[in-house]
Amino acid sequence: MVEATNKAASPPQDAPVEPGLQVAPGPHLSSTGLSTRRLMVDVLIALIPVFAMALYLFRWYAVLQVGICVVSCLAVEAITSLWRGSRPSLQDASAIVTGVILGLSLPWSAPWYVGAVASVVAIGFGKAAFGGLGQNIFNPAMVGRGFVMISFAASLGATAYVRSGTGLEILTQATPLTAAKELSGSLPGLWALFVGNANGSLGETSVLACLVGGLYLCLRRSAVWLIPISMLASAAVVAGLANLLMPATPLTVLQHLTSGALVFSAFFIATDPVTSPLTGRGQVIFGAGLGALVVVIRLFSNYPEGVVFAVLLMNAVVPLINRVTIPEPLGGLPVDA
Amino acid sequence: MSVAQPKPVKPGRRSFSGGIHPAAAKQLARDQPIEVVPTPKQVRIPLLQHVGALCEAVVKSRDEVVAGDLIGKSEAPVSAFVHASISGKVAKESAATLPNGRRVPTVPIKAGDEQLEGQALFDDTYGGEWPTLRLDLPRPDLILQAVRDAGLVGMGGAAFPTHIKLAANPDRPIDTLVVNGCECEPYLTADYRLMLEAPRPVITGALLAASAVGARRIIIGIEDDKRQAAEALSKAAESTGIEVRLVRTKYPQGSERQLVPVLVGSNVPAAGLPLDVGVVVVNVATAAAIARAVLRGKPMTHRVVTVTGRGVVQPKNLLAPIGISYGELIELAGGITSQAARVLAGGPMMGFTLGDLDTPVTKGTSGITVLTRDDLQAFEETACVRCGLCVDACPLNLVPTRIALAARKGAWTLAERYHINTCMECGCCAYQCPAQIPLVQLIRMGKAHLAAARV
Repeated sequence: MVEATNKAASPPQDAPVEPGLQVAPGPHLSSTGLSTRRLMVDVLIALIPVFAMALYLFRWYAVLQVGICVVSCLAVEAITSLWRGSRPSLQDASAIVTGVILGLSLPWSAPWYVGAVASVVAIGFGKAAFGGLGQNIFNPAMVGRGFVMISFAASLGATAYVRSGTGLEILTQATPLTAAKELSGSLPGLWALFVGNANGSLGETSVLACLVGGLYLCLRRSAVWLIPISMLASAAVVAGLANLLMPATPLTVLQHLTSGALVFSAFFIATDPVTSPLTGRGQVIFGAGLGALVVVIRLFSNYPEGVVFAVLLMNAVVPLINRVTIPEPLGGLPVDA
Repeated sequence: MSVAQPKPVKPGRRSFSGGIHPAAAKQLARDQPIEVVPTPKQVRIPLLQHVGALCEAVVKSRDEVVAGDLIGKSEAPVSAFVHASISGKVAKESAATLPNGRRVPTVPIKAGDEQLEGQALFDDTYGGEWPTLRLDLPRPDLILQAVRDAGLVGMGGAAFPTHIKLAANPDRPIDTLVVNGCECEPYLTADYRLMLEAPRPVITGALLAASAVGARRIIIGIEDDKRQAAEALSKAAESTGIEVRLVRTKYPQGSERQLVPVLVGSNVPAAGLPLDVGVVVVNVATAAAIARAVLRGKPMTHRVVTVTGRGVVQPKNLLAPIGISYGELIELAGGITSQAARVLAGGPMMGFTLGDLDTPVTKGTSGITVLTRDDLQAFEETACVRCGLCVDACPLNLVPTRIALAARKGAWTLAERYHINTCMECGCCAYQCPAQIPLVQLIRMGKAHLAAARV
């Protein structure tokens, strides 16, 4: 309406508008160092020591397993995003991160289709079904891992880790947590557990490698340190209580902390920003819940390790945690609103 | 804004939490001494340059006016008079769209032959003697009257009428006057140059303002990247009892809600004002204007405007008459370069883009920033991965991503549960977001929607 009536009075086309000047709402600057891709690439960099340790312990099995998962995750990501009618967003590297973490969470011996199926479930059901990056409630890698853990119990059970005749000595021992659960065999010494000279899933064995990578992530602020710290602290407290109340429990606090996937998950799985709470208080609650659940599952369930279920359970309560930890604004709550 | 019951608030910290460190780019203009703009052929003086009611013109077309004459007034409780910034003949009223999008009537004045120019104008504004020690303090009501008559508004950007801020209220005794010399907005250097080149009127103005509000303490807060300005002010403030304090250089340090806790130690209540914790905050340029209004009876006709950014040829700090066009000031800075992409009224964090360079400069115009295509590298927006960087950056302890995405979806209950109306739109969240989500823009839109829905 305005346009029509003003037509006659409007100035000639070449007059006032400056060529090429844009109009947009502020702010007009943005931090150049940050992108989602950088966050993801940081996770990959942090995983280098972990992968190096896996390579040292399990040789080509590690390359194969991680390779299968990464390729499958990328393929599923591409297919599902085309299917949803959006451009495949492979360049944000999030599918690679899921693939690497998934691969590192599997036993060396799992047949190829286990990794492939886990990837399809991880990306397809864990992520794409919810609407893609940022929309999922559950950690995709843990959705995939949980699915194959139940579906292919034999390929992922305790016995899958132990095999003789591969030429790798470490593979003849039971994993520490299985040894503890079944009260059979002897646990490696604490130092061996810390450095990673033990059997287990590909990425979980070396606490040292996980700490190095995790420290990098936290220092780069690509992960919040509150989650791993609160998770490990709460695991230690619950394990300590268990030791006090049930002297028969096979693992000491330090053994709990150095065996299984506790430290790996504390730094690389629990810190997944999408599936963890937004505020500091929420992150502490989340980490504490995770640590406690991991130890409780280890102690009271038939599974030797509890990370997968602990993560999925805590992921489910993240929206609730977010809701009860809405921070009070600076200066208190408005009186009138 | 309601000034209801002050709630008990927690004590503040030495530095506020949250905030960001954008490339300040102050070096572009910080070493450029204030230059006096030659009288333009014409100025267009908006009748609304402040928070509050529109003024009505008290001059008619073809009236002769002298610089400083009253040309617009309003008897509304919240408003500020406007004055002729040059001498000449009033032309027919016309309208202009201000950078904030408001279309307001303006009084154009065509310049006559007699003008105050150059050094004489600078001396008249900021030069000469400014008593600081043997200052004969006028009665508070006289200070207030002079400030009101001079049409003073906050020169830091918000343009709130100063006489309202300085009006003493027996129910809310004021303990401390904070003079804000932070200038935390990137690129801008107008306050810095003023503190450096004219520290004495700032000090005198601070003493007058403190006397008007009954404050027994005066603290000047300056970001620590402006050490020289702080030194100049300390020197000028010698033996006056005024404290000059350096605060950390961090955006938005100059925001009242951040500065007051740092300097005074108490948080401003979310729904309140610094007044609720016994503090009044005035900007340094406003302080100088108070001195000028009270001691010299001169209204607000000129201000220092930084013209800067990599999109102008020669960044400058200009003492410009109110009502001159943005385009003329940019020309005085050598014009825009071929790389120029966006012209901003103010700085890059909270400034508005200009669509029309004929827009007149107002009392709240602290700078003109011309950004280039390189400054504005546009990234594609990607999905929120809930990384929480916006939560860490928010100086008000909000959760910007939840508010913004709720506002985008129209989930107003959710937005309010996360305190959308507490947001002061500083833009830290949008600056920081790795997914390039226009967080503060969405929140701003949401606030506007809610405000409209409430009416």
